[in-house]
Amino acid sequence: MSDTPITGTARVKTGLAEMLKGGVIMDVVTPEQAKIAEDAGAVAVMALERVPADIRAAGGVARMADPTIVEAIVGSVSIPVMAKCRIGHFVEAQVLQSLGVDYIDESEVLTPADEEHHVDKWRFTVPFVCGARNLGEALRRISEGAAMIRTKGEPGTGNVVEAVRHMRTMLEEIGWVAGVREDQLFSVAKDLQAPYELVKWVHEHGTLPVVNFSAGGIATPADAALMMQLGCDGVFVGSGIFKSGDPAKRAKAIVEATTHYNDPDIIARVSRDLGEPMVGINISDIPDAERMQERGW
Amino acid sequence: MRVGVLALQGAFREHVLMFEALGAATVTVRLPGQMEGLDGMVIPGGESTAIAKLMRTYGFYEAIRERHSAGMAVWGTCAGAILMAREIGDALPDQEPLGLMEISVRRNAYGRQVDSFETPLDIRHLGDRFPGVFIRAPLIERVGSDVEVFAEHDGRIVAAREHALLATTFHPELTGDTRVHRFFMEEVIAAS
Repeated sequence: MSDTPITGTARVKTGLAEMLKGGVIMDVVTPEQAKIAEDAGAVAVMALERVPADIRAAGGVARMADPTIVEAIVGSVSIPVMAKCRIGHFVEAQVLQSLGVDYIDESEVLTPADEEHHVDKWRFTVPFVCGARNLGEALRRISEGAAMIRTKGEPGTGNVVEAVRHMRTMLEEIGWVAGVREDQLFSVAKDLQAPYELVKWVHEHGTLPVVNFSAGGIATPADAALMMQLGCDGVFVGSGIFKSGDPAKRAKAIVEATTHYNDPDIIARVSRDLGEPMVGINISDIPDAERMQERGW
Repeated sequence: MRVGVLALQGAFREHVLMFEALGAATVTVRLPGQMEGLDGMVIPGGESTAIAKLMRTYGFYEAIRERHSAGMAVWGTCAGAILMAREIGDALPDQEPLGLMEISVRRNAYGRQVDSFETPLDIRHLGDRFPGVFIRAPLIERVGSDVEVFAEHDGRIVAAREHALLATTFHPELTGDTRVHRFFMEEVIAAS
């Protein structure tokens, strides 16, 4: 460590994610929604032009939000603001860094810009969060510089089944890597298509080297607590809040259920009279080509 | 010795691991009743607005003040330092500090996440080259006459102590350097 303050270190990038743990990150599309999220106790907001359910409904190419929207949201709250760039679109990422966002989500919710390469995230001062469905995908993203992982789920569905699948897969694979003999790790790295050094780290520590949130389909306080009990560090709620009948009340309830995830009495109390949840989608009703979780390599 | 870590939100697990490495019995505190019998408690880093709202909903404000009056030492890191303060310079309308410690703080004093930084610190009584990790850090703008300034960076106060109260605007729990945790156990809790 030199005596000159250094920005953009791995420790300050992963450190911000550590500070978000046990919290709820909420998708918002206006400054008013951002204020509602902050008032409900969100630890951060994701500034978007449309929530995933509307992106799904609109079809076409989904891109980074208009800088005017991102800036308006950055200026409206004191909690950290995240924003999404397309997979591999490093110029959208450069723009978001210049707008002063606190975290960039290189996200499968938007239409990928590169079907081979993700953004080289080491080149940025701002930290990145990336989606993953399994351990190999998570370690590939971390090797590219991601400072936080979120399991993908299936965004914009209000259906938690894929979030559960991905979190279980991740944790089972971590348990498997932790349990193999050290001389098997070369073969494990080959199977996972992940760098050996990161596989070895997981073997030694029994966990991912960065914070791991859950995302994609969480719509109720019980959904959030389910993901926390399964072992994630916190949750992203996308369409689930502002596509529901009473966003402020539901947002606060999900925050409380995420903190008190092991206390069914509290989850029961906060789950009462929340109004209409978002209308969900069954995963089998989504054509393969429209499944966002398949995006990312 | 029993040390609690307020576990409503934020980097509470890292504090637990540090105290356990030093041989303390630790308790994660999610409800006020869980502070019973604690010699000291940490309010960790996290989002101060989110922690404050959960503290209010679950009745922590009066409970922490009462436990502190009864002898529980308190250490706030980053968001925790904000919440311990007498005054928050740029508080949101409903963001009430605990008012335990005679310090005035300003949130996000260094800018946004791209301005978060690391720098070595000289900390009084603890030695030099402590790894200072500042993440969207607050700033201690003013201190009362009973408050001892422990560390400064670039002319700004980053660590302070008042009897059984300790505030740091940086994150010792992220470093593996146990000096501040040991100091809290051996000196600050002992003073309460």
